[in-house]
Amino acid sequence: MASPRPLHDRALDNLRYIRQTMERAGSFTAVPGWGQIAVGTTALAAALVAARQRTPELWLATWLGAAIVALAIGGWTMVRKAYAVDDPILSGPGRRFWLSFLAPMAVGGLLTVVLYRASVWHALPGTWLLLYGTGFVTGGAFSVRVVPVMGLCFMIVGAAALLGPPAWGNWCLAAGFGGLHIVFGGIIARRYGG
Amino acid sequence: MAKSGAVRKPEAVAPPPRGERALRAAELDRLIHERVRLGIVSALAVNDALTFNELKALLKTTDGNLSVHARKLEEAQYITCSKSFAGRIPKTEYRLTAAGRRALERYLDHMEALIRATRQG
Repeated sequence: MASPRPLHDRALDNLRYIRQTMERAGSFTAVPGWGQIAVGTTALAAALVAARQRTPELWLATWLGAAIVALAIGGWTMVRKAYAVDDPILSGPGRRFWLSFLAPMAVGGLLTVVLYRASVWHALPGTWLLLYGTGFVTGGAFSVRVVPVMGLCFMIVGAAALLGPPAWGNWCLAAGFGGLHIVFGGIIARRYGG
Repeated sequence: MAKSGAVRKPEAVAPPPRGERALRAAELDRLIHERVRLGIVSALAVNDALTFNELKALLKTTDGNLSVHARKLEEAQYITCSKSFAGRIPKTEYRLTAAGRRALERYLDHMEALIRATRQG
């Protein structure tokens, strides 16, 4: 007959169970690390292509095209991870994550139209990065700790793009949407299950 | 036995380990010691409210199991249950009460005390 487990082992096991349940119940863990690495790679390619465009309209079209590709990759990998870790996307913490994340994204879309109409091209990279970062800071309150940290880094790069010379804009986008996605995607993939 | 006037000698058994004494000192809350009930209380501690289906998915349990354990916690007034309709679909929502939160805190203290006691011992 197997000997009973010592009490302190059972106590540790119970505490571990409570912590894991609270983590799963309180945070949205389906942010896809590998998906972010893929998105970051496409953003680096987009930055190289966008830098060669002769008109601001073509530069904008390049980045909007990259955003659509990123949305498709990010969406697909997130759904896959959500199924894998059994973390519902549209209920509980997932719902709160999206509500917090999508509000700055909607503002970003609206400001893009306004800045495009006013031909204030140089403000676009900083605005996108700042609002994307804001989305991760606010939504990240319902996710694992690294997500709001990533949002904060996007905001810092966004501030540099907004306050620096216009020539920095495209390369700040490369550093943010490319570099930060790859770095933080790697951290998330390694520490938080893919 | 007392009637016979004989004083019963204490049995020569080894005293329980220190951690075990610590565990016995404070009465363990059996109600939330059970895994599913502990899971329900823990999950509700970090959420304002969770629906029946959210809890079921989170704890990977069956409808019957969850409802039995949730009812026990409800009877102890550790959680409250409210039923409503989202359109035509019935929705059951659970919330942790102040008593439930206190019970979880006591349970956590108890487990930590047990671990501390065994480490010191």
